[in-house]
This record gives sequence, structure tokens and C-alpha cells, in this order.
Amino acid sequence: MRLSILLLCLVIPASGAGVDFTREVLPIFQQKCVVCHGSKQHLSGLRLDDRDSAKRVLSAGHSQQSRLIEMVKGSTGKVMPPAGAKLTDAQIELLSRWIDEGAHWPASASAARHWAWEPIQHPAAPAVKRTDWAANEIDRFVLARLEKEGIAPSADADKATLLRRASLDITGLPPTPGETAEFLADTRPDAYARQVDHLLASNHYGEKWSRSWLDLAHYADSDGFEKDLIRPWSWRYRDWVINAFNRDMPYDRFVTLQIAGDELPGVTPEDRVATGFYRNTMTNREAGVDRTEARFDQLIDRVGTTGTVFLGITLRCSQCHNHKYDPIQQKDFYKMLAYFNAADETDIEVPVPGEMGSFLRARPDYEKKRAELIAQYKVPELQKVWEADMIRTMDHPGLELDWDFQVTEIRAGVDHGERILRTPAEKRSERDARTLTARFLRGPGPRFGKDKELTAKIKEAKEKLDELDKTFPALSMAYVMEDRSDYGPAHIAVRGDWKNPGEAVESGVPSFLPGGEQPAKTRLDLARWILSPENPLTARVAVNRIWQELFGRGIVSTSDDFGTQGDKPSHPELLDWLATEYRRVGFSNKALIREIVLSRTYRQASTARPDLDKKDPENVLLARQSRVRLPAELIRDEALSVSGLLNTDVGGPSIKPFQPVGVAELGYSVKKWVESPGREKYRRGVYIHYQRTTPYPFLVNFDAPDSTLSCTRRRLSNTALQSLDLLNDPAFFEAAQGLANRIESEASGDFRSKIWFAFSISLNRTPTEKEIARLASYYDTQATLRKNDPEAIAPWVGVSRILLNLDEFITRE
Amino acid sequence: MDERTFRQISTRRKFFREAAGGIGTIALAQLLQAESGSVANPLAPRKPHFPGKAKNIIFLFQEGGPSQLDLFDPKPELAKWDGKPLPDSLTKNLQLAFIKPTAAVLASRRQFRKYGQSGIEISDYMPHLGTVADDITVVRSMHTEAFNHHPGQLMLFAGTLQVGRPSLGSWVVYGLGSESQNLPGFVVLSSGAGTSGGESNFGSGFLPSTYSGTMFRGSGDPILYLSNPPGVNQAVQRASLDALRDLNQEHQEKTGDREIASRINSYELAFRMQMSAPELLDFSKESPETLEMYGVNKEPTKPYATNCLLARRLVERGVRCVMLMHASWDDHTNIDKKLKKNCDITDQPVAALIKDLKQRGLLDETLVVWGGEFGRTPMCEIRNPSEADNAGRDHHPVAFSMFMAGGGIKPGQTVGKTDDLCFNIEEDPIHIHDLQATLLHCLGLEHTRLTYNYMGRDFRLTDLGGNVVKKLLKG
Repeated sequence: MRLSILLLCLVIPASGAGVDFTREVLPIFQQKCVVCHGSKQHLSGLRLDDRDSAKRVLSAGHSQQSRLIEMVKGSTGKVMPPAGAKLTDAQIELLSRWIDEGAHWPASASAARHWAWEPIQHPAAPAVKRTDWAANEIDRFVLARLEKEGIAPSADADKATLLRRASLDITGLPPTPGETAEFLADTRPDAYARQVDHLLASNHYGEKWSRSWLDLAHYADSDGFEKDLIRPWSWRYRDWVINAFNRDMPYDRFVTLQIAGDELPGVTPEDRVATGFYRNTMTNREAGVDRTEARFDQLIDRVGTTGTVFLGITLRCSQCHNHKYDPIQQKDFYKMLAYFNAADETDIEVPVPGEMGSFLRARPDYEKKRAELIAQYKVPELQKVWEADMIRTMDHPGLELDWDFQVTEIRAGVDHGERILRTPAEKRSERDARTLTARFLRGPGPRFGKDKELTAKIKEAKEKLDELDKTFPALSMAYVMEDRSDYGPAHIAVRGDWKNPGEAVESGVPSFLPGGEQPAKTRLDLARWILSPENPLTARVAVNRIWQELFGRGIVSTSDDFGTQGDKPSHPELLDWLATEYRRVGFSNKALIREIVLSRTYRQASTARPDLDKKDPENVLLARQSRVRLPAELIRDEALSVSGLLNTDVGGPSIKPFQPVGVAELGYSVKKWVESPGREKYRRGVYIHYQRTTPYPFLVNFDAPDSTLSCTRRRLSNTALQSLDLLNDPAFFEAAQGLANRIESEASGDFRSKIWFAFSISLNRTPTEKEIARLASYYDTQATLRKNDPEAIAPWVGVSRILLNLDEFITRE
Repeated sequence: MDERTFRQISTRRKFFREAAGGIGTIALAQLLQAESGSVANPLAPRKPHFPGKAKNIIFLFQEGGPSQLDLFDPKPELAKWDGKPLPDSLTKNLQLAFIKPTAAVLASRRQFRKYGQSGIEISDYMPHLGTVADDITVVRSMHTEAFNHHPGQLMLFAGTLQVGRPSLGSWVVYGLGSESQNLPGFVVLSSGAGTSGGESNFGSGFLPSTYSGTMFRGSGDPILYLSNPPGVNQAVQRASLDALRDLNQEHQEKTGDREIASRINSYELAFRMQMSAPELLDFSKESPETLEMYGVNKEPTKPYATNCLLARRLVERGVRCVMLMHASWDDHTNIDKKLKKNCDITDQPVAALIKDLKQRGLLDETLVVWGGEFGRTPMCEIRNPSEADNAGRDHHPVAFSMFMAGGGIKPGQTVGKTDDLCFNIEEDPIHIHDLQATLLHCLGLEHTRLTYNYMGRDFRLTDLGGNVVKKLLKG
């Protein structure tokens, strides 16, 4: 009994009585049934995407006698669907109700195209009954829906909460007590809008909003897989993203540069850094790896990432076969793959400001000394012999075991190792030539290995060169993509198996989407197609993510999947309005964020509404804001910020905060974790070095993604390990001590005024009497404990530690 | 149902809905029955799909690929081929990590003996295991799809060559929850070197992180940040948590957000973990005989013995899944010496674990699995010809051995057969997916029904494959 009441609540009732076939029933068929009973396969001759075919299993008005219900319930022994998740009781109940109501199936619904493939509409904001609520058009869409359901929106959040919310959402940092006080005192009608503009202009805005983009790009500072080598220049891409957000680079340019920056005429080296988007793909350098397979895996990831990030479609599902649910052909997948097959990884010099001068000054001397060293140790002559050995082994594997190992190693360990080796010395680029020389000196192979004296000489040459390199102010590098024709045409991999190439395919975009029939050869063409106004997905997917970042839930809650298996938009017209608006404001993120943040919808209180527990427990209709736990990085940023430890420098190489011994050691080839010096370790979480096989534990504990695949929305878990981390992690204890210092040094007066100060720093509000009394009692207990045990922490450290552990502290309300 | 209960459910509901599989619905129903008074706990014990023989699983992961030829699968015929290459017909489509298919054969230098009534053959490097031969079942016909370590480990633990999927242990805890309310449901114990797979061997992939394996550390805190900061003793910690709970409760009343109750619960579990971990790690109440049996107080067994004993203590305390990692068996060179070293470290503790579980009546409900991500070639790998004595073996995914014991496994058998060269499987091939399906079956989970919807698709551990191997099961 209880169960059925509850399950009934799982479905938000459609407006008015009666089950809505298109909105409620058809999606169940699409999700659960049509893979076997649809247009592609119609097992038992049944199609549940076709009204006439479906009649067979429906007895209109009598759910009890309907074969459909019998089968989904499994009441005759056999249950549908036979694999995967069964229908929930709520879904079965819904289907039964629909049949009892007459199994009404509108003729138009059979052939209904999936909403997301339809062109973006340009809806006008609807009329609303209540005229004093809406602050802008966004609100009218939300209010109209609420009015339809007979629900009133919530009151605005109080000013302090609102400022804290907007600050955490826009810059990811809490407001200072001063900022809060100023805002509370500002009675001008546009006080809030001014604050929002102020926040959007901050350089911390880019740090906050880059993070979710880095999740999409699955950014990391290491290769992943067994060896998990560090990528010392990954941060160049991260900085590019931060800067792009801070400069409010329009989304169309932002996307174009990342997909095909290298193909744009007249791009600067900085622009090329954007293609580092595709360099976040993992690299398997296990010595025994097959290079063709490893590269194939990378291409698969690039295709999947492109589909997820820009189009919100699950392209990856068609690696092995046509998509089971969406109209994506396997061929579409490999047409997309062809774009990336014609490109390759390369590392280029992209100086950071201030580097060029010293580089140019030091270079002539460096080159001279280097040439002398190379000549002195007869490196070119020796290397030539080694190269001949290597090439011979490549051409005749299996004859000399010791050389075979060398070849395997260079293929896996040196990017494009074989290609460089096989390029005649005079045709190698300077960078390639030096890479090869460095590789030769590192392991000159079995021939010289037998000659102890020569081996020592080569080692000496290596050491001297290393020493020389150390003194030379080399230019900073960046990982980018470039066009490359030597991989030949792409092929469909039969059943997704790289060892089984099928038909050759040319690059092209998915044929089921508008413009799909036009030729689009280059990555730049691909970018242009993605950004064309006719593309129904790009803008919707992008604005949905912005919405998700500001409400904790997208209008389409499955922000990774706009296909038929994804959820439908809760407010389809609003989604389209936002997509249209995004284009209208020139794809400006700041403009769109501003508009959303200024809406009444956004400004509502997040307090639970018991009256809506049954009607809208997940807050889909937005009759209030939502409380959302902060992402990992922001929890740390906030703790550092309120304790006065935060280092607010923007940009630069990744940093390493304190990490206990034993974490990095779990990796296969241990990378020693050397804590960043001085105040570097107090920089924001977005800068923490991400080692894929042994990530910084705090990030893992608080649900940062593992950066193996594109992640569009983080999970929010609530675990005991999180509690232990916040309570006992030395970094957080240090923050508690910092906060206690501030309370004792910056707040004057009695306990009460100190508690007021502590609350205003950490929670941006005043404490209640009950809270003061409870903390006073704790303070006294702690003071007594300390009297008996002088080692025990000071009471204010204890109070601070409690404040930093409060649910409210780690939540955006 | 009262208002409060409803709130509790509704906040957890999203989770259960996302966990769209059968488990989600079962869990929701059980939640209503069992937990109407307290906040929903995603690790609360859940009913299996059907009654399974095993309640818990201990996976003794031997990283790197132990040599089946030198441990479980004697090949006297190989002596004839020693030093000669194998016929082309066998090796023409073979893909190997390092050596070429033309490499010469290396016959095993090990002596094998038949042990127990069952007569299971075990190498002279594992005399202790011989003493429990009648309790184990050796599988000689395992095969996998990857010939490199990380992909091989992904296959073994996540059922796919791709990264980002949940691990075996995570699936088990997702399916069954855990009996222990004071310890994590899935514990990982490492005795030193890291593995190629790292986190992905015990990560939760796209499942909620609640289902990740919790690594117990070899030194320092057994669980990261388990001990209090300096100046915080148990009394201070308790007083702080009491105040924290009261303030959180106060705020919950103000906001009406039940997620705060979950947060309070997490802090209480954290405290219980702090309280129970010292007892777990305290071996003082173990008898001297037990300690001696495992080899806890001597080298070289000490680290692995400690973990094996800890594994028993963990399942005793209701922890659902324990994974021991030992690296590395990747013997490309000097195999005789290196293999002996690993066996000397692990053989006694492993045998002791099986004996100990049995004498305490725990073996019937605890599934024990021993194995690596693949096996090794019958051909020889010599990396440096000037040191020909240092011969080793390359990776061999085509045929390799594992063994199992307890929890629903029929003991005293040798299942599967390889050809005379230990190159191909001749009888009863068991794919990794079959192994996984079988392990889940022992735990009462139907591998095709243990699913999770992610990115629009229902995923499962066994991907698209997997058949329960009836031969391995107790009637």
C-alpha cells in the first residue's frame, strides 16, 4: 500500500486528467521496447512504434486483459524486456491507466520525430496570470508552467543567501563579510545586478566556469594507463580555457578553435593551444602495446567526446553497430572518425609572456655549446649506426631479441618514434632530430652496450647535454593537433574491431541531422556544421549545461544524452528560447549567465516546499531553487578562502598540495609527489595536478570525474570518506586553524561577537540564538577538555573545525 | 507513511531511479520495509536476485600474469620442444607484447605433485597450497582478450577493455550492499607495489562513488584520514561531532532538506569507522597458532599474511568484498627466481586463509578467487642474450590458470584442459566474462540483471557476454 502511494508520486502528473501518450507512454516504448519491437527489428512481428501493429497487444479499456501488461508484469512467466532493467511499478501502472482510459494513440504520434532532432523554435515568452513576479522572459516560461500546475513560486532568497549563491555560482568563491555588508546596505534597485556584473568581471569567473569545461574535455596532467607519464604542458590548454572564459570568447569561436584552430587562416600560436582539447585523450605507453590499436582507441575517444560535448549525442554507441535507439549509423561514426584520422598529435613551442627575450638572448650561446658537445662525443656517427640497427630490426622482427625490445620500446615511449627514425636525417625537423638524439643517448642499445668504455662516454655526453639544457631558458610548449595525411583513409571497423577494417569512408557529419548530406571535409567544416544555425543540438546542449550549472539540474536532466534514451526537457520552450537567445547575444556566456542569474526563478529561496513533496519532489518545475553540494574544488577553495590561506593567482603550471605518503606510491611507476613550495599549494583546486591513476584523494572523495571520458555532470555522493576527509585531512585542519586565528585576531569583544564574526566569514550570515547557545556549550566543553589535557586543540580551532564541516558550508543554497 | 519518511525516501529516490535496474526497485521496496525509521543508506544490505551460496568474496589478485606453466598446468611434453621454436601453424596469428612468435620454447623447470584425494597437480613452489588441494578448484582454461597489463586488468575487473566502467567489487556492493555498518563494503588491501590498472581495478566507474573500493593503506592510517588531527582525541572528536550534528539538524529543520540527514549519517559512520578500525587491526586476540599458520610474524610472508588475516577479519565483520593486490608476477626475465620469490611470499598465507575460513565455518559463505589478468607463454623471452640464464616468459592471454575455493564452488576439481604445449585450450574454455558471471551467480546475482543505466544504455559487468560455468558450481 505504502509502496504504491509512493510510486505514484514518481511521475509528475500531466496537466489535467488522462495519460498523455506522446509525453508519457511513447517514451517508455522508445526506451524499453523498440530496440526489438521497432522499425529495425520487429520480433514476433510486433512494433511498438506503430499504432496498428501495437493493437495486437492492447485491449483498449481493459488493461487486465492486455497482452502488453501481462508481458511487462511477467505474470505468465516470461517477462519483457527480457534483458536489462524491467519496467518499474510506476511505469506499469501508467501503461495500465493509459489502456484503461482507452489506449488513445494519436495518429501523429507514430511517426513523431524525436524532439531534439527538430529545428530549434523561437518561441515568444508565454502570457502569465500573475504579472508582478516575472523579472524577465525566462520567468514567464517557468511561471506559465507553474500556473498550469496550480503552484506558486517561492519567495526570493534573502539577500545574504542570494549573494553567496551568485558568488559561488559565478566565481566559485564565497563573498567576504565586507562584500556581504556592502550589499546588504545597498538599497539601490539594481544593487543585485551590479553585484552580478562585478562577479562576472572577476578573473575568478574563468577559474570557476573552466572547471566544468575541463570535465567535458576530460583534462588531466598525465597520460593514464600503466605508465601514466606526466604531461608537463597540459596546463597550457587549461589556461587557454580559463582565459577564453574570462575574455568571454563567444561560444562559436571557442568551439571552432578547439576543433580546428590549426586550420583557421591566420591563427596565432595561442589560438592553436585550443586544439589541446583533443590532447586530453589518454595515451597507453605500455611497452607491449600495439600502436595501431592504441591510436584507434584515441580516435574512438575523440569521436565520442565530440558527440557528447558539442552535440549531446551518444556517438560512441555506434562504434560496433548502428545505434540501437537513435538514428546514428555505424558509418556515421567512422565518417566522424575520418576527421581525426587525418589529424595527429604534435607538440609546439608557444612562449608565455616574458619568455621570448631571455630565450633569444641565450640561444646563440646554447646552440654553439650544444654543437660542440655533440661533435666532441661523435654523437652523429654513433647515432647513425644505432639508427641502422633499429631500422633493420623494424624491417626484420624476431631475429634479434634484444633489438626487438628496443623497437617495441621506442614505438611506445617516443611519440612518432618510428616515423622519426624512418625520416632521413636531413629531412627531420629540428625538434624531431633532438627527440631522437635524446632517445639514443638514453639507451644506445645492445651494440654499444658491450663496449664498457663507449657506454660510459655516451652516458657522459647525455649528462653534459642534460646539464646544458637545464641552464637554457627553453620556450614553453603546448600539446596541439595538426593535419596529417599519412594514415591513409579511415575504414569502418567491422563490429568495432580495429583488426577488421571494412569499407573505406571519407570524413562527413552524421547524415540524420540537417546539413548532413553536404560535404564537410575538414575539421573546420565539421566545426562550421556544428555551429550552423540549422543544427538543432549545439545551442540547446550548450545552454542546457549553463542552466545545469546554475540550478544543479539541466532542463534536459541527461545533459550527456539528448537522444531518445535521454530525458525529455522539462521546459522545452524555455530551452529553445535560451538557445535562440544565446545566438542573439553573440554566443556570450556572460550575457546568458547574467540573464539567468537575474531571473526571479534563479533568485528564489531553496527551502524545501512540503506542499510540493508529492507533486514535484525533484524540483523539476522550479517552484524554488535547489540546494546543491559544492564540487570538490570549490569546497577546498572555500575552506582556503575563509581561513585566509587562499592564494588567488590566476593561471600557470599545475600545483601539488600536501598529500600523504602512500597515495602516489599506488601507481605502477611511482611519480613522487613533491609538495608545491610556499603559497603555491594554497592555489585554487582547478590548478591541482591530476595524475590519472593516482588522483589527489580529496578530488576523488568529492566526486571529481576520473578524466577518462568526457563528463557532462558530476555525481554528488555523500560518504563517510568525505566526512573523514573534512574532519581530519591536514589541509582542512590547517584551514580550521587559519579560521580560528582570524576569529581571535580580527574579531574583538566577547564570545558572542566572535561567533558573529565566524558565521559572517564562513556562512555569510548571522547565527541564530540556538546556534550561539550550542556552540557556546561546545566551546565550554572544549575549554574544559583543554584544561585537563593541554595538548587538546584550542576551543576556537574546535569551533572553526565544526563550521568547516557543516553541511551548509559545503552547499550552495 | 509519515511526512518524515517520505522526505527521506524522496531525496534518495533520484539515486534509485538512476539505478534503473531491478536492484533499484528492489532496494526501494526494501528501504520502505527495513529502513522506515532511519535515513536511507546506499550500502544497506540488499536481497540478491536469488539465494546465493556465497555472501562475501575475497579476490586474491596476482598482478602481472603468474605463469600457469610453472604453477598449475604441468606440460612434460614441452621438454621435447625446449629451445626450439613452435610450429608456424600454432603461432601465425599470434600477437604478443614483446617476443616474436618464432621464439624458442622454454620447458618448465618445476616439479609437480598430485595433492589430496582429488589429486590436483601443484608445482613445488606452492607446497602449502597442496595441503588445501581438496578445498580448491583449479581452472586451466581461462582466456581473455588483452595481452597488455592495463587492458587485461580492465577486462578482468571491469569486463571491458575500456576505462571508466565499474569494477567487479563495485558491482557486487551495488547489488548486495554490505552487512557491515562500521566498515566500508568493499575494501582493497595492497602489499606494496602498485598495479598497472591502479584505481580502475577497484573504482566505481559510473556507479556512485559510494561503491568504490576503499584502499586500506599499508602504512600510516589504514584508511586515509582515519586518525584525528593532533590535539583531537576521542572525547574531542565526539564532542565536536555532537555539536556538528545538532547544528546540521538545526539547519535541516530550517531548509527541510533531507540530504542533510544523510550527511549526519555519513559523519556517524565515519566515527564508527574510527572506532572499529583499531579493533579490526588488532591481532592480539588471534591465537599464536593462527598467527603462525598465516606467517604473520616472519619474513617474507609478513605483509601478505597480514593482509590475508585481515581479509578473514573483514569478512567476519560483514564486509562484502575484499580485494588483495600483489604485484608483480610479470616475469619476463629470470622467471625461476622471481616466481619463487612471489610464491614464498604468498603461498603460505593463501593456504592459511583457506584453512582458517574453513575451520571457522566461513568458507561455505566466502568465495575465494586467486588469479591474474593473463598467463604466460610457453615460449622463452630473453631480453639480454648475454644472460641466457635469465629466461622469462611473455604475456599469454590465450590460455591460463586460476583457482577458486568456497562459496558455491565445487571443490577438488581441475577444470579445463590445454594442449600439450599449454598454448591453446582444448576443453572447457572459460572466458573472463564467464568467470564474472559465475562469481556473481555464487553471490546470488544474475549477471544480465545486475545493470546500471548510463549515457542511455544499460551496462553490466559482463558487457555482452558471460555464461555461468555450471561445472564449477556445487550442486
